[in-house]
Amino acid sequence: MSRATLFDKVWDLHTVGTLASGQTQLFIGLHLIHEVTSPQAFAMLRERSLGVLYPGRTVATVDHIVPTQSQQRPFADTLAEQMIRALEDNCAEFGIRFYNIGSGSQGIVHVIAPEQGLTQPGMTIACGDSHTATHGAFGAIAFGIGTSQVRDVLATQTLALDKLKVRRIEMNGSLCPGVFAKDVILHIIRKLGVKAGVGYAYEFAGSTFEAMNMEERMTVCNMAIEGGARCGYINPDAVTYAYLKGRDFAPQGADWERAVAWWENLRSDPDAQYDDTIHFDAAEIAPTVTWGITPGQGIAVDETVPWPEELPGEDRPLAEEAYRYMDLAPGVPIVGTKVDVCFIGSCTNGRLSDLREAAKLARGRHVAPGVKAFVVPGSERVKQQAEAEGLHAVFLEAGFEWREPGCSMCLAMNPDRLEGRQLSASSSNRNFKGRQGSARGRTLLMSPAMVVAAAVQGHITDVRTLLEATP
Amino acid sequence: MSRIVSITGRAVPLPGDDIDTDRIIPARYLRCLTFDGLGEAVFADDRHQSGGEHPFDAAHHQGASLLLAGCNFGCGSSREHAPQALAKWGIRAIVAESFAEIFFGNCVAIGLPCATARPEHLQQLHTAVAMHPHRLLTLDLEALAVHLHEARLPVLMPTGAQQMFLSGTWDATGQLLAGLAAIRAIAGRLPYGSPPCAPLGKGG
Repeated sequence: MSRATLFDKVWDLHTVGTLASGQTQLFIGLHLIHEVTSPQAFAMLRERSLGVLYPGRTVATVDHIVPTQSQQRPFADTLAEQMIRALEDNCAEFGIRFYNIGSGSQGIVHVIAPEQGLTQPGMTIACGDSHTATHGAFGAIAFGIGTSQVRDVLATQTLALDKLKVRRIEMNGSLCPGVFAKDVILHIIRKLGVKAGVGYAYEFAGSTFEAMNMEERMTVCNMAIEGGARCGYINPDAVTYAYLKGRDFAPQGADWERAVAWWENLRSDPDAQYDDTIHFDAAEIAPTVTWGITPGQGIAVDETVPWPEELPGEDRPLAEEAYRYMDLAPGVPIVGTKVDVCFIGSCTNGRLSDLREAAKLARGRHVAPGVKAFVVPGSERVKQQAEAEGLHAVFLEAGFEWREPGCSMCLAMNPDRLEGRQLSASSSNRNFKGRQGSARGRTLLMSPAMVVAAAVQGHITDVRTLLEATP
Repeated sequence: MSRIVSITGRAVPLPGDDIDTDRIIPARYLRCLTFDGLGEAVFADDRHQSGGEHPFDAAHHQGASLLLAGCNFGCGSSREHAPQALAKWGIRAIVAESFAEIFFGNCVAIGLPCATARPEHLQQLHTAVAMHPHRLLTLDLEALAVHLHEARLPVLMPTGAQQMFLSGTWDATGQLLAGLAAIRAIAGRLPYGSPPCAPLGKGG
């Protein structure tokens, strides 16, 4: 039989042909768009008098620029208002389904597509956003593209691409208490580095990922790009099917049975050939937190900021830059670092299970004086369900703000941003210089539970110490 | 569609590895409907913080068209605003030790060649530019080399990208549309439908 990975099978199924350049022309089954990277693409279509070839295969929402406090229109930010209007007009003109604010289904693009069952195994999915890798959790091949490529997908439903190699990242064993999917991916990136994945798709395999629910798998695949891999995926299984069944766009009846049979065949063959394989042991992972200015600069929460001598030579200049920017000295424990802002949300950790886990820790505790802490649900549906479960009341009682859905302070294209030198404990995905809206702002990445621990203590805290004492 | 065979100009060196797209163009400048004004905002925060010492502000680098960068240049987000901002500033080609993948693809799509060079060769270029910032460099895409005075330093570029520049097909839309019949055939053959409209098995 075949000795193919899921990546090979999905790639072959969607291959339209080989271009003169030698690149593959790949069909994109599902195209997701948002307000930031699409307006220029529609403008290019108009300039060239091109239409949208398969409008039904593109789905839009608005997420990056939406305010998370008052969402009243017009937005106070006139640029943001222009951007949402452009998306509304473009979707209306080209017949594209658009989940606008108030539709009940708006939210971060990588949250809404899975929760509606748009994201399914075996698809190729593209979106003008690097965290499109998220959708790989379902066994889809999903990756971020730029605006000119958004234009190409709109006009032709295809892209010109070089095929990626596949690296199997196998992790076995159970996670220790207080260790979450976010810690798993931060650990992997810490160990492999931020550029190891260039040229690769990451297949996350082994009992640790098999034991994860779909939302945890999405957290892992979401940050494949932070490890340099344009896409990451997990082979579909019973957990995937149970999540999908009954969702808005999931196949129904006899179609469902046919789909599951197809999905089962998509899984990487037991003797599939990989370009590389790396093994990890889940039991070795501790709650992990970044201390620097790339997602690869991470340490276990009970470790100290590394000395340059402990790092490979090539990593030292960046470490020196990070000490200066973060104002964190080598040899100093990361626990105890004072925080100003605590953010729970984003396409990495703004889903219901993240909020449940955070609320569990926040219940009966209170945000420390002087700390601003806020929770931003990933979508209108997440918000509605969280409120139905009373999670918002837990957060509000504990002194967290409860906001409207959007990307919020992950990248601060909206009013949510750091000020000056503020330091944030953040459940998002990037700790780049200036990422959270202040050119001098500082970000420490961690799991939502660790963010709650930091919020209630006022400084970076090992969440395991709170778990032992959870009321 | 224009063929891109070589780029000649002065170079601006940018030291450091892992320069991410948020640094190339901070997110707040993405609140726009066109790429037109992005050139002025390229490296906005880095430039502001360096108090005029940033290479993109140095008088002798104004008008430069080649960028020399380090490892993993352009990592982070998929925003095409990053290469667009560099291009609007005047950059027409980039030579670095390595590039992040989405950034590289975005550069190809807008006709901005990115070539990789060995660290020692990049160092040679950095040194030469530091000593003689007005000296002209040529990135030769046919020979895959940087010509610097008498020296000829080898660079690498994936064959697909190289061919797209040399043949003038880096703007892929036309080529992709030429396969319309094959596109429709694949769409009809997929085991899943057009998600929001058609049930499974109907394709298209």
